[in-house]
Amino acid sequence: MVHIKRIQEEGADIIAIIGEIDASSSIELDLTIAKSVGEGFHKILVDCTALEYISSAGLGVFMSYIEEFKDKQIHMVLFGLKEKVANTFSILGLADLLQIQSTKAEARKLIDELSV
Amino acid sequence: MLKTKALIRLTFLGCAIAWMVMVFSDITVLFSDIKGLDPDVPGWLPRVMLDLYILCLFYYFKFRIERDESLNFTDLLWKVFATGLVMTVISLAVRFLGFLLGNTPLPANVLYRDFIYQIDLALFISFLIAAFTSWKRLILYQKSKWLIRLWRIFEISLLVVLLYDSVLSSVSEGLMTFTYIIIGLMVLVLSANMKWVAYLNFRQKWTSLLLLLLVFFYLGYFFYSVSTQSAFLITQSKAFLSFDGHIFNLVLVIFVIVYSSFSFLVILFNLPTSSVFEQKLEEVVNYQRISQSIQTEQNEESVYKILLESSVSSVFADAAWLEIKGEGSEFKTYTFQITEKESVDIRKHLNQHQVKGVLDQSSDKTRNLSKFLESLKGTRFRSIMSFPVIVKGESIGTLALLKELPEAFTKEMTRIVSTFANQAGISIENFRLMGEAFQNERYKEELKIAKMVQRSLLPQRLEQDADFEVAAFSESADEVGGDYYDTIRVNDHQVAIIIADVSGKGTTAAFHMSQMKGIFHSLAQQELDPKEFMVRANQALVYCLERGSFISATYFVINTRDKVIRYSRAGHCPVLYFKQATGELSYLKDKGTALGMIRSRDYCNFVETNEVSYAKGDIMVLYTDGITEAKGMRGEEFGSDRLAEAVREQVTQPPKEIEQHIIKKLYEFSGSEDINDDYTSMIVKFR
Repeated sequence: MVHIKRIQEEGADIIAIIGEIDASSSIELDLTIAKSVGEGFHKILVDCTALEYISSAGLGVFMSYIEEFKDKQIHMVLFGLKEKVANTFSILGLADLLQIQSTKAEARKLIDELSV
Repeated sequence: MLKTKALIRLTFLGCAIAWMVMVFSDITVLFSDIKGLDPDVPGWLPRVMLDLYILCLFYYFKFRIERDESLNFTDLLWKVFATGLVMTVISLAVRFLGFLLGNTPLPANVLYRDFIYQIDLALFISFLIAAFTSWKRLILYQKSKWLIRLWRIFEISLLVVLLYDSVLSSVSEGLMTFTYIIIGLMVLVLSANMKWVAYLNFRQKWTSLLLLLLVFFYLGYFFYSVSTQSAFLITQSKAFLSFDGHIFNLVLVIFVIVYSSFSFLVILFNLPTSSVFEQKLEEVVNYQRISQSIQTEQNEESVYKILLESSVSSVFADAAWLEIKGEGSEFKTYTFQITEKESVDIRKHLNQHQVKGVLDQSSDKTRNLSKFLESLKGTRFRSIMSFPVIVKGESIGTLALLKELPEAFTKEMTRIVSTFANQAGISIENFRLMGEAFQNERYKEELKIAKMVQRSLLPQRLEQDADFEVAAFSESADEVGGDYYDTIRVNDHQVAIIIADVSGKGTTAAFHMSQMKGIFHSLAQQELDPKEFMVRANQALVYCLERGSFISATYFVINTRDKVIRYSRAGHCPVLYFKQATGELSYLKDKGTALGMIRSRDYCNFVETNEVSYAKGDIMVLYTDGITEAKGMRGEEFGSDRLAEAVREQVTQPPKEIEQHIIKKLYEFSGSEDINDDYTSMIVKFR
């Protein structure tokens, strides 16, 4: 089960994922990101502090946006990953592809730099 | 069946014999009396024979009519009528014969007259008994215990009367009257049982009336004929037993007449209401049709059609339409005696008049909207009522019924149609549930096939070498997983090994797995550097994998000549490596992104080739995340530490033993036999 919340803060869209992302709940994550992109946000922050587990399907969602973001000049930064989740990202080699920061402030700073 | 037939014949024979004996004895008695002689036969013989005749006849008709289950009400009446017809025809024929004889002395002869009388009497009695048996069945239709008891008493009383007739011992006038009153009362009470009339339809009622009228005619004819002849004969001889003197016959006549009259009147007065009964019956049938439509091979559409037809015929609507919300937001309309345009006009008109919650989908009220139609010009309808069709608490459509007369729908009609609409809703719901069940079944079947495919993709045999020994196992949950492993000999000193995990589950996973197998088998033959293998595999997969899908894999080439392992990791779980020389057991962490994640040529920057030298006793453990992510009883994961620990415990053992140990530990940890993911491992031990 997963619960996804969106908060807009100073021109950035913050997507908070609470719970676990598996094959079925990854659809919800996909829809949320798609919505954010559709609404024209160029700064997307993903709050993973309450993300307990992510399956390969969930990772696939993040991955599937990489190229689209590059084309549309959208930046996405993930932050607050639990060790276990971070490990999943790093094993699959996604850590090199995605922007990952440990705190919200750092993520905020990075995304502002990238968007310049 | 044969037994009944034999009994019918036997009783018929009994009748015939009894009758003949009666006729001859009676004529003898009469003749002796007229001539003043002592008769050769006892005087009581004709009377006893008459009783015997009556009893035989009673059983004859009991077997003919009472036991025949196939007869319905009009058939019963028809039997009585037919018996009467045959009897009357015979009687008339005999009379005609007498007429032909003209003024010859024979017709004036007393004995001849007696003979004719006996024939008529026998015919009359058989007709009466036939009617009696039929009436019995009609009276006892939907019987109660009490009624059966009463009927038995009635029959016994008749038997007593019959016996009394044959003995003819004089009984006081008072007792006679009392007996008459009691029997008369019984006849009246029994005649009140007319339940069968309600089950006749309009046509059957008319038929019954006609048949009963003819029955009256026969009764009248025979009664007149028998009475006049009996009246004549009594003047001729004292020994003659007059018809009036036979109480049983009289009681029988009275019973048949009373019940026939009651039936006639009841049917007559039921005629005007019979259409209501028929309508009720039709409602029940319609209701059944709707509820049974699920069992027969029908679809939703036929339920809608039945609903429309049944509603229209139950309330005699002049027109109707049924609007159903189909897949998506489309509307499907079924109409009866109304064009779609007309129905749209009416709907528009009602909307304009702000009649909220009437014909729209959300309405859950059944309402009579007649007053709103009055203001619509150009329509012939003056009454309308509508009902929602509800499935799983949600309105899926609207049924509207129209009549040309104003205020033509009654409360009763509203109730009936709403019942129909509800039942239709239930049927539709059942249909949908059944559809879902079928879908699930099909999905399961598909999974089974996918699982079979997946199984067949895994190698039957693994490459072995003088330098190493390989063991592998793979077990998947009910769902199809995407774990893949394989080995291939590249040349005499090189063996390629792969372990991969396809993201997602089910048929797509099995499909991607087969692509991976194809890629492995074609690329491994080319003696590629592991990194180059990954880059090319990624290039090939970009065109096969849909957005969001990827494959994590590790590719090894074991070179037995140089004693090195060259490998490349693409997002797969790090290899667990045991070095016997140092006793060190560690995970080889290095760079590598899963296949399909980067869909450009940049991918070559995200993978690398690594090299490890091996020595005798070294162990390489390959596995998929199903093992490390296996959940324990408290929800914690098996993890890489537990895996390493399990391997360390068995480092001296051959790979098969190590594998068994890992599986054992895994099941112990998860605490159950059923797995919720795919467990795959491959263990290579060097020697």
